[in-house]
Amino acid sequence: MLKQYETVFIATPVLSDSQIKEAVKKYRDFITENSGEIVHEESWGLKKLAYPIQKKTTGFYNLIEFKAPPTLIEKLEIQYRRDERVIRYLTFSMDNHAVEYAEKRRNNKNEKKGE
Amino acid sequence: MSTNSSLSNNEIRYLNPPTVDVKKKKYCRFKKAGIKYVDYKDAEFLKKFLNEQGKILPRRLTGTSLKFQHKVSQAIKRARHLALLPYVTDLLK
Repeated sequence: MLKQYETVFIATPVLSDSQIKEAVKKYRDFITENSGEIVHEESWGLKKLAYPIQKKTTGFYNLIEFKAPPTLIEKLEIQYRRDERVIRYLTFSMDNHAVEYAEKRRNNKNEKKGE
Repeated sequence: MSTNSSLSNNEIRYLNPPTVDVKKKKYCRFKKAGIKYVDYKDAEFLKKFLNEQGKILPRRLTGTSLKFQHKVSQAIKRARHLALLPYVTDLLK
């Protein structure tokens, strides 16, 4: 049964642009390979961190919203731990209120882009 | 409460009249606005529930109901984990 999840991870700012894209692509493929389905994807680019993580004060934020079987989350987190480009990650299982909120957020974001 | 204070006024001489601040009826902003989900990614909104040092404000000040106070504190802790909000700072606002 596919549950909806949302994962946000921060990549070190030291990486070049191509490495960031490659990292995001790696996780996206990882999800789609293990019978997951990407619903939405966002990258907030380079943002200042509220406190230094591993002596770095900025980081690349990426958000991936996806539907996946619960077993995949364990594997995904192992990937995160093993990957030294990712300095922090958070996976979050979305209940129906969260799903509604995410859709609303996406719609008004498109509207903003649309105008 | 106001009746007995007027009695005590006669005996006790106050230097200046006791100011009883009118008690503003607090309400839970989530119930009123019909918000159902507190998003941990929305740092600006969560800042309303933090004081200057970045600590979570108690319910008696913000007036939120218990259920939404749990959601808000959970969201704030997630935002802190993702470094969207600081754990401790000064002059946050």
